[in-house]
Amino acid sequence: MQHILPRRPGGGLARSLPAVLSVLSAFLIWEIYVRLSGITPLMLPAPSRVLDQMMLNRAILWNNTVPTLKATLAGFSLSLTVAFGLSIVLDFMPRLRRSLFPIFVVSQTLPLVAIAPLVVLWFGFDLTPKVLLVALVTFFPMLVALVDGYASTDPEIEDLLRSMGASRGIVFRRARLPSAMPYFFAGLRISITYAVVAAIFAEYVGARAGLGIVILNAKNSFRPDLVLAAVMISSALTLLLFAITALLQRVVLRWRDVGDG
Amino acid sequence: MSVVEMLNVSVMLGGTDVLDDISMHVAEGEFVSILGPSGAGKTTILRLLTGALRQDRGAITCNGRPLAQYQQGFAFMPQRDALLPWCRILDNLTLGLEVQGMARNDARARVLPLLNDFGLTGFEQHYPAQLSGGMRQRAALLRTIVQARPVQLLDEPFGALDALTRTHMQTWFEKRWRTARWTTLLVTHDVREAVALSDRIYVLSRRPAHVIAEVAVPARRPRLGHPTGMDAHGLETHLLDILLNQTGDTP
Repeated sequence: MQHILPRRPGGGLARSLPAVLSVLSAFLIWEIYVRLSGITPLMLPAPSRVLDQMMLNRAILWNNTVPTLKATLAGFSLSLTVAFGLSIVLDFMPRLRRSLFPIFVVSQTLPLVAIAPLVVLWFGFDLTPKVLLVALVTFFPMLVALVDGYASTDPEIEDLLRSMGASRGIVFRRARLPSAMPYFFAGLRISITYAVVAAIFAEYVGARAGLGIVILNAKNSFRPDLVLAAVMISSALTLLLFAITALLQRVVLRWRDVGDG
Repeated sequence: MSVVEMLNVSVMLGGTDVLDDISMHVAEGEFVSILGPSGAGKTTILRLLTGALRQDRGAITCNGRPLAQYQQGFAFMPQRDALLPWCRILDNLTLGLEVQGMARNDARARVLPLLNDFGLTGFEQHYPAQLSGGMRQRAALLRTIVQARPVQLLDEPFGALDALTRTHMQTWFEKRWRTARWTTLLVTHDVREAVALSDRIYVLSRRPAHVIAEVAVPARRPRLGHPTGMDAHGLETHLLDILLNQTGDTP
């Protein structure tokens, strides 16, 4: 009998320390460079200045973060729901999968720069076009991950379930769906990193509020410090969403963290 | 009366004959092995019985009824344990019962009293990956047995284990079988295993497989756990001889 060792003997802090240090030192080098070179803040503001501006403009930034977060979450929820539902339909209908998959691949070849203004033109300046663009960008990685995940099911497990008298539906629920979960989370992590960026881009093309609008206005009034402040917030949002998926993954895929590692 | 009866069964897969005119039967409480070279079509026979495949010719009956009308006859244990890695052991053990529509609590009530006999007490809440190979195999066997089907189909159940664990498991299994007397059809390519566990052995030829010998094993049980008797030893040699000198080319 093996002993069951904790998977992370050093604890979370020891493991994340190198990452924190490398990020901090990058900011430090940036700060030192700006101070030593005397470069104008109109070209490159120091991180300290960006943080100052973030604090000074926190009300505006916050008011514009909320719509971006809304668009991101709504778009992502939409694409998650559609990807899940569609993946199940496609798994039960292989012929439909073969006829529809090329369309999904083509949807990923559309350049966002070209498609975003059109979507805004069609659906106006409200939430809808942002939600649709976020969904368009994040949908495909999750769908592919799920479809591949179903196909990865151990045929011996499926044979076993059928020998027990399981229907196609039970085989799906008991074997194919759980088998797809590790794949699904890989797709989810890719998708979530695109989501905030897609929302900001959609706002940049046309919106009443949002981080994309802050960036557009700051750029037009030659305020790189404000642009970077908005960028930092957007990165923080993505990191936060990424952390939530990682946490969710640890709960759902708990069975993979145990074992003879 | 025979629980399982196969009469002149033939199967073609992808244009080649896999099974050629196979007839065999298993009686109530009997332990029968199908012994044959790798790739002979032993697993195909099990796939016929579990309903994953239909024969092209011949008839299969279970308890006197044609197999097509009686799909609940067999509990199947695949080659590798095929435990669901995302389910705890207890949930793996109740899988067959739950798939057949039994409520989870009732299924657990059926499984729990058997845990001790299968050496799984205290591991109900573990995941399969936390168990040793032998324990996983015992869990897979319990998952099969607890379905209480008329016949147990075992597909090389000890083939994936290391030699020492395999011997342990065979000895343990013989002991369990002697008290429970499950009607069992074992598929194996291990001559020693077949002789040690079976009442009767069917020897299959290479593809297309047909029965080249049917051998009764008269040796007294228990046969494992002490040195092989001379009669068993002679039988092993005889079976090996049949397998090695069958007509056809060298493998």
